[in-house]
Amino acid sequence: MLGSTPLTDLAPLAVLLPVLGAALTFTLVRRPRAQITLTILTLALTLVLNVGLLAVVWETGAAAVNIGGWLPPIGISLVVDRLSALMLVISSFITLAVLLYATAQGVVDEDEGGPVSIFHPTYLILVAGVSNAFLAGDLFNLYVGFEILLTASYVLLTLGGTGQRIRAGITYVVVSVISSMVFLVAIAMIYAATGTVNMADLAGKLGDLPTDVQMVLHVMLLVGFAIKAAVFPLSFWLPDSYPTAPAPVTAVFAGLLTKVGVYALIRTETLLFPGEHVNTLLMVVAALTMVVGILGALAQSDLKRILSFTLVSHIGYMIFGLGLASELGLAATVFYVAHHITVQTGMFLVTGLIENRAGTANIDRLGSLAFVSPLVAVLFFIPAMNLAGIPPFSGFFGKIGLLAGGVEQATPLAWVLVAVSVIVSLLTLLVVVRAWARAFWRRIDDVEHPPAQLVSAYQRAKASGRRPKPLSMGLVLPTAGLVALSVAFTVFAGPLYDLSDQAAQDMMDRTPYITAVLGEAAAEEAAEDLADDPTEEGHDGR
Amino acid sequence: MMSIDLALLVAMGVMYAGGIYMLLERTLTRILFGIMLITNATIMLLLITGGRSGDAPIRIEGKDPTTYSDPLPQALMLTAIVIGFAVTAFLVAMIYRSWLLSREDVVAVDPEDVKVASQEAFDAEEDSELEEETSEFLDDSCDPNADYEHTSEERKAVREVSARRGHPAGRSRDTSADHTVTGGSRPAGTAREERERP
Repeated sequence: MLGSTPLTDLAPLAVLLPVLGAALTFTLVRRPRAQITLTILTLALTLVLNVGLLAVVWETGAAAVNIGGWLPPIGISLVVDRLSALMLVISSFITLAVLLYATAQGVVDEDEGGPVSIFHPTYLILVAGVSNAFLAGDLFNLYVGFEILLTASYVLLTLGGTGQRIRAGITYVVVSVISSMVFLVAIAMIYAATGTVNMADLAGKLGDLPTDVQMVLHVMLLVGFAIKAAVFPLSFWLPDSYPTAPAPVTAVFAGLLTKVGVYALIRTETLLFPGEHVNTLLMVVAALTMVVGILGALAQSDLKRILSFTLVSHIGYMIFGLGLASELGLAATVFYVAHHITVQTGMFLVTGLIENRAGTANIDRLGSLAFVSPLVAVLFFIPAMNLAGIPPFSGFFGKIGLLAGGVEQATPLAWVLVAVSVIVSLLTLLVVVRAWARAFWRRIDDVEHPPAQLVSAYQRAKASGRRPKPLSMGLVLPTAGLVALSVAFTVFAGPLYDLSDQAAQDMMDRTPYITAVLGEAAAEEAAEDLADDPTEEGHDGR
Repeated sequence: MMSIDLALLVAMGVMYAGGIYMLLERTLTRILFGIMLITNATIMLLLITGGRSGDAPIRIEGKDPTTYSDPLPQALMLTAIVIGFAVTAFLVAMIYRSWLLSREDVVAVDPEDVKVASQEAFDAEEDSELEEETSEFLDDSCDPNADYEHTSEERKAVREVSARRGHPAGRSRDTSADHTVTGGSRPAGTAREERERP
């Protein structure tokens, strides 16, 4: 296959390493230290492998691996292209950071111990599922990837089995199962209509179906993925379930899991159903997601919930870029996804630090944090400004890209979206500044019911001029690492934007992906189909 | 040309209809049954996509390839069955845990939602008072159907709490009540759990 190198042939290891690690850590349940070391080692190896994959794919373009030597479209193929390699690198980086944080937290609050022995294997399985979803070259393997990561996430969300978590967990599991069922029904119908589930093969065959059948299949896939990505009318479950989980778990869920849904949406829109069939719908939904999400965040007082709502809101930006269906829009979406995974995870880890320092993350009960813990204040401020898209941070570049895409389109709807995204960006700023002003700048004497832990830390700091016992380095370093990565996106915005742009180009003309899986001939055929597409639509319009 | 077994199709439709109907209930056990029905209906849909029935797809030299049944949907079904089984088992475990904690077999009201809907500022005491109020509901639990029949009553209890909250007198009394509760992070189940223990 074109672009195949010895290193890209190792792509399945991105899934296999975590699975093997999970199996081994299960055997080490009685030896927590060995378990932790093994998990960290596994994720570090995965990170190295993924960086290698990205380095190769950046130069050569998409490559495919056929599992067991079965040729596509019959066998299972894993595909690494620029988009999936970028996603893999970022996901393994943040999962490693969150793991280090979780390890340190397990040491810090011993009472929250619970069944920690199952945390590490489950976490590795989650990583395997995410990698599998990013690499999947056929729809059914994508479904399996989703199921692996969802099942692991069910366990992580209900860790410890307290009442709150069980309540949230039931909503989450039921919603996830329904979305998976919608996806599976779509797969069954796609197979019935075309006789294949291989995405590269489908790219050529779906276009031959009657337009109405295409529309049904398309919308079913969109609904299934939109639930997972938490796009507005289907986002109700997210702010309800995420905040109850332990801080590191929420961080990795919020950063990563919805983005896997966004990734699947990107693939659907570019590879399977290119063209402009549902773009208006996507744009409208994107605007609603942004507005409703951010209004929800304004109404909340718990920091974790505020962040969950801003997460929903910012999914809207990615859908906006997708709905533009232009190279500019897609490139901005890819960049925004990469930026948002890092920033959102960082924000949740900082929230964990605040909880650790003050005993609560409710901004109505916090105060004087900037005095008590300047380090946490800095770590909060940078990603918060980044989230709001204040220059010079990377969120600004992502948004500028989207705005440029919208202006380029210049339809009335695109202008509305441009206006909405600017307003929502300002509202995001309002949300984070409100949290900042209350939790960090407000004097603690003005707070009605400050948590005892915070009050005593404040009084001690004031009396002796000495800061309270510093936070554990194990908690601070991973958080600082993520914040540093998000700042690095600013410094390396040029190369990263180039990569996003190339990924968007690959996706727009589809041939690199199809060539990697099926060879040149199939790719040319699909390209011809795509060229025919507008005329076909013209016929249907009569 | 693909031929479809009408009986299978009808059975699938009935399972979907029943599954979706049960899913809309508030009782957890019914939701579970609904999910099982929907999962199995989807597996049946996968079976139907295989087209007409045929011989087992084991390759025999010289046999007409059109006589085999399509093996791919079968592979997909097997995977879907395994996943469906695992998820169902997990749900059962969770529902059992939920019942252990609260003796309720319904989807619980999120206290945080109620709080956000009914007040302008956070108050630790109000949070804990709400929990008290919900757990009073426990008294009905000797009657196995109590939780199901009385869901409207539970809502009324929540409404009463929020109504009283607006009242300034109620607020000041609350403030003196329990400073022992450390905050919103306390899991809702613990109070109930302690009460359940002999």
